[in-house]
Amino acid sequence: MNIVVLVKQVPDSGLARQLDARLRVDRNGANNVMGELDEYAVEAALQLKEAHGGEVTVLTLGPGQATETVRKVLAMGADKAVHIEDEAVGGSDALTTSQILAAALGRLEWDLVIAGAESTDSGMGVMPHLLAARTGVPALTGARKIDTDGTTVTVEHQRTNGYDVLSASLPAIVSVWDTINTPRYPSLKGIMAAKRKPVETLTLADLGVTEAGPAAAGNEVLSAAERPARTAGQIVTDEGQGGVALAEFLAVEKFI
Amino acid sequence: MTDILVYVPNSGKHAAEVLTLGRSLGDVSAIAFDDASAALAGEYGAVKVYRVDAPGADDYFVDPKATVLIDLARSAAPGFFLLPSTDEGKALAARVAVALENGLLTDVSGLEADGTATQDAFAGGTIVKSKATKGFTLATVKAGSTEPAPAPGSPTVEAVAASVAEADQRVRITERVDEPAGDRPGLAEAGVVVSGGRGVGSAEDFALIERMADALGGAVGASRAATDSGFYPHKFQVGQTGTTVSPQLYVAAGISGAIQHRAGMQTSRVIVAVNKDADAPIFGMADFGVVGDLFQVLPQALEEIEKRK
Repeated sequence: MNIVVLVKQVPDSGLARQLDARLRVDRNGANNVMGELDEYAVEAALQLKEAHGGEVTVLTLGPGQATETVRKVLAMGADKAVHIEDEAVGGSDALTTSQILAAALGRLEWDLVIAGAESTDSGMGVMPHLLAARTGVPALTGARKIDTDGTTVTVEHQRTNGYDVLSASLPAIVSVWDTINTPRYPSLKGIMAAKRKPVETLTLADLGVTEAGPAAAGNEVLSAAERPARTAGQIVTDEGQGGVALAEFLAVEKFI
Repeated sequence: MTDILVYVPNSGKHAAEVLTLGRSLGDVSAIAFDDASAALAGEYGAVKVYRVDAPGADDYFVDPKATVLIDLARSAAPGFFLLPSTDEGKALAARVAVALENGLLTDVSGLEADGTATQDAFAGGTIVKSKATKGFTLATVKAGSTEPAPAPGSPTVEAVAASVAEADQRVRITERVDEPAGDRPGLAEAGVVVSGGRGVGSAEDFALIERMADALGGAVGASRAATDSGFYPHKFQVGQTGTTVSPQLYVAAGISGAIQHRAGMQTSRVIVAVNKDADAPIFGMADFGVVGDLFQVLPQALEEIEKRK
């Protein structure tokens, strides 16, 4: 079973993040990390490979520094990587991104594509369905559990108050939530081995994509502003009447 | 008037919000796959309802409904097509966007008649204004963005008969499992959310958070630290990798307020915090805070709330 896992390098959500002067996600900060949910997608792919054999290919789209994320996935145990790197990609919308990724998927041999349910930066959560529409392959999204017998794939699609069991024939696209597994850490041996694993770099020309960036986007960002910081209100120290003060505040605000 | 297409998945509050927002922009034509959704559309001022009858559509994931929505969007050529920002709403919007090569905006919190959309980037830290440049304004609307306002009318009903094509039968739903949610409202839609963090200390002691939530008629949430420690199930996590909430009242108990968590709740209208540590970042954004032991403060507050009821 050959699996492609989609990963995206994003600015660390634990630190301040911003849009740059061109109203794009500022990726020049020092702290770029793998998308939080991507690690769960990688782990799911590695577990399926361990059970069924085959290869795991990591596919990413991003600037040169995204190599760090690619190396991390290879160190976790993926076999090879495809890194799409092209200046013209900057400022692309999700639709163009899906076109580029679909073109790359068209060059690879796979039974299953696994992605995180959404990215940490834009957080749209639409890429698996955009890719499904472009590749004509079924999408089973928001999985908290994934299983395959090599011909079909079954997932538990997580809902707020339960789950649905979804089933489809391979090839298929699956996205996962962080409830699915506990991602492994790269071992020292894995980190050493990652250095020798093949990474193919592709440009938009290689993929036959001629239009990308803001000109090809279906939306235009008009402006961006920092949300005004919330200012602290009344803070009291509990000296025996803290709970009463809290109830009093809730009453004044008409919550009780 | 501009034509506004609205997908109404059910008769819930979120659907009512999207209908209300749509009505502020023009004449709403609602797409409903069942009677309850069609009734909600009438109650919230739709002038037209596409009442779709697609036998068997519910047995399959996303594809059959996507095909119906694509066809209706193509023939109606609306100014706006709005869907609730849920997993299903986003999936359907994505399918429509690719089929019609149309721009796509997700998690929109506001829309103006000229198509300008407001979105919260970085889970609320940055406010972004965008506009579609290809096709109509296709947007999924975040829960809690609009106060639902009924406007009962008698919409024209157009029956739409759809059959499920073989190509749309690829992802079969073989089982639906509902896990007991109790009487509490859903986390994303709740008007009040009471969340516990690491400071709660154990799964057993989350009962106190639940009692507080019940006293205020709210939902229970948890910080990542609390769900990672196994104090409360993952699906109740508020924050970057959990649910983003925007209730009228957010009560954070034993939560320090790491940026991970703040990202998921900073657009709440009123924030209340209880924490032992006076330097906890959560106090920097709280409208009201108590520096103290949550096991002293919350029981006393509960007692006082009971007295005042």
